[in-house]
Amino acid sequence: MNALETQNLSIQFGGLKVVTDLNLAIPKGSIFGLIGPNGAGKTTVFNLITGVYEPTKGKILCGTSEITGLKAFAVTRQGMARTFQNIRLFKELSVIENLLVASDVNPRFHHFGFFRSLIRTPSFLRVEEERQQMAMTWLKDLGLHDRAEELAKNLPYGDQRRLEIARALSTGAQILLLDEPAAGLNPQETQSLMSTIRELRTRYGLTVLLIEHDMKLVMGICERIAVLDYGVKIAEGSPKEIARDPKVIEAYLGKAYHE
Amino acid sequence: MGSATLKGLVPWLVALLTMAATHFLIVPILPSTLSEILVFAGINIVLAVSLNLVNGFTGQFSIGHAGFMAVGAYAAAWATLALRNAGIDLSDGTFIAQVILVGALVFGGLLSGVVGFLVGLPSLRLKGDYLAIVTLGFGEIIRVSLLNLDFLGGARGLSGIPRITSFLLVYLCVVVTVFVIWRLIRSNHGRALLAVREDEVAAESMGVNTTQAKVRAFAIGAFFAGIAGGLYGHYLTILSPAAFDFNRSFEIVIMVVLGGMGSLSGSVVAAVLLTLLREYLRDLAEYTQVDLRMIIYSLILIGLMLLRPNGLLGTRELKDFWRRRPTGKSA
Ligand SMILES: Nc1ncnc2c1ncn2[C@@H]1O[C@H](COP(=O)(O)OP(=O)(O)OP(=O)(O)O)[C@@H](O)[C@H]1O
Ligand SMILES: [Mg+2]
Repeated sequence: MNALETQNLSIQFGGLKVVTDLNLAIPKGSIFGLIGPNGAGKTTVFNLITGVYEPTKGKILCGTSEITGLKAFAVTRQGMARTFQNIRLFKELSVIENLLVASDVNPRFHHFGFFRSLIRTPSFLRVEEERQQMAMTWLKDLGLHDRAEELAKNLPYGDQRRLEIARALSTGAQILLLDEPAAGLNPQETQSLMSTIRELRTRYGLTVLLIEHDMKLVMGICERIAVLDYGVKIAEGSPKEIARDPKVIEAYLGKAYHE
Repeated sequence: MGSATLKGLVPWLVALLTMAATHFLIVPILPSTLSEILVFAGINIVLAVSLNLVNGFTGQFSIGHAGFMAVGAYAAAWATLALRNAGIDLSDGTFIAQVILVGALVFGGLLSGVVGFLVGLPSLRLKGDYLAIVTLGFGEIIRVSLLNLDFLGGARGLSGIPRITSFLLVYLCVVVTVFVIWRLIRSNHGRALLAVREDEVAAESMGVNTTQAKVRAFAIGAFFAGIAGGLYGHYLTILSPAAFDFNRSFEIVIMVVLGGMGSLSGSVVAAVLLTLLREYLRDLAEYTQVDLRMIIYSLILIGLMLLRPNGLLGTRELKDFWRRRPTGKSA
């Protein structure tokens, strides 16, 4: 079964076709890589799937329900959350508050109306307590629990990338879209991020779609990879198949990688 | 009810009781100029705190707060005048008069909130300067409309409004306003507002319906501004459109900026300071025959931007400063 599917997904800006007839099927529980050269349209695909852009053509299915045309917040409420290539945290809020904002749409917590939130009824306080505890659990998953009270903007760069993932996780999403989660990380950090992503997938039964330029990471953790070039999917397959594919080597990997 | 719920309400109840005690024991022996200043300070606190919800916590820079104040002021005054014309006794001090005023305040607040909703819905799509200009325009539209609405007195305004705003009622409104906004921003609903302020795209991607959040903040801010307007009209006994011009909006913005965008206690402190300043400047103006208010406000703003660009308290609360000091025992 597929967690996420796109059918003939296309968008153009003015006359510029940025994504053209993209068909993707992301199996539930898999880690799926989306790669391609700079400007290939990868982030645009994320923006389409998450409702930031409306496609000029095509369909997006989340499980069995169609989510094409939904606004970004509504897509998230369908159980899909993302991170940003150029980190977009709530900078002046604390690390844990970043998660608390996102956990408001997490279906595991009861959502209280305005007045009960003001009175802070016993059930409201209980849920708030649970919320905090779960947030700490997610922070722990990402190794950020010691920094819960710090302002997000004061975290070191690598931790900010991790916080983006923790925040997406706390929406309760079953599908995570990670846009270059390892960008700017050193090799050790990348390595540990890889194992974290794998663990999260197993622990929470997630489906992960990730964009990455770090080939070691992509080849290391993705079960399947799609390659995008000028908005067109030029190949799809297992990491091994992709690494051998002449079209991919020409468009993206280059000879150097192959040797 | 759970004990934590009750415990959390204690400080607010204590605040209410303190206000009641002040009303009955202290206000009667104060010189009338001082109690007048206290009433205006209270009204300004409600205005500043409610504008801070929009400008400081939600990050939508609105400079038309006087417009909402006007809606509430005129609506409440219109309601009590109608009741009095219907033969209801509204002389100051009667319990009935206070209850009726509460009703009129809520009526004015709700009407203002609805107007806030209607104005917010289209205009909150705009950002930064554009939004500021729209809210400015809105304030002017309200003022000009009032000038031309004969049933509300036109340019002469409304007069003979019963003087039934009491110290107690003003500070009851202060406590309720601060309570609602303080708790709001510490709830899931309020965190959504902070997220909008921080990064709208990220907030939307984390499931926050940002349009709804902004419009809500705007409507709640307008509601309390309307309440403040109602208190104002029933204290001054006269209302004229000129009282709600841009200078009035500007004054409220200065309170918010001076106190710190995103600090409620900052807004309270700044509202009191500026109310006092206003009184002294009025004396000074009588002496010099020039209204220096706007000049002094501008100088304060310039000085502030140079010395403390984030306002007196920034985004912190007074409480945070106390907590910082080690108590010794708890260590
Ligand atoms: N809103 C937009 N309006 C116009 N053009 C856009 C818009 N968004 C993206 N593009 C264009 O679409 C192309 C693909 O951009 P996109 O950010 O999706 O690439 P990418 O594959 O994520 O690249 P990178 O690896 O550098 O992140 C670029 O040429 C970009 O300029
Ligand atoms: Mg990109």
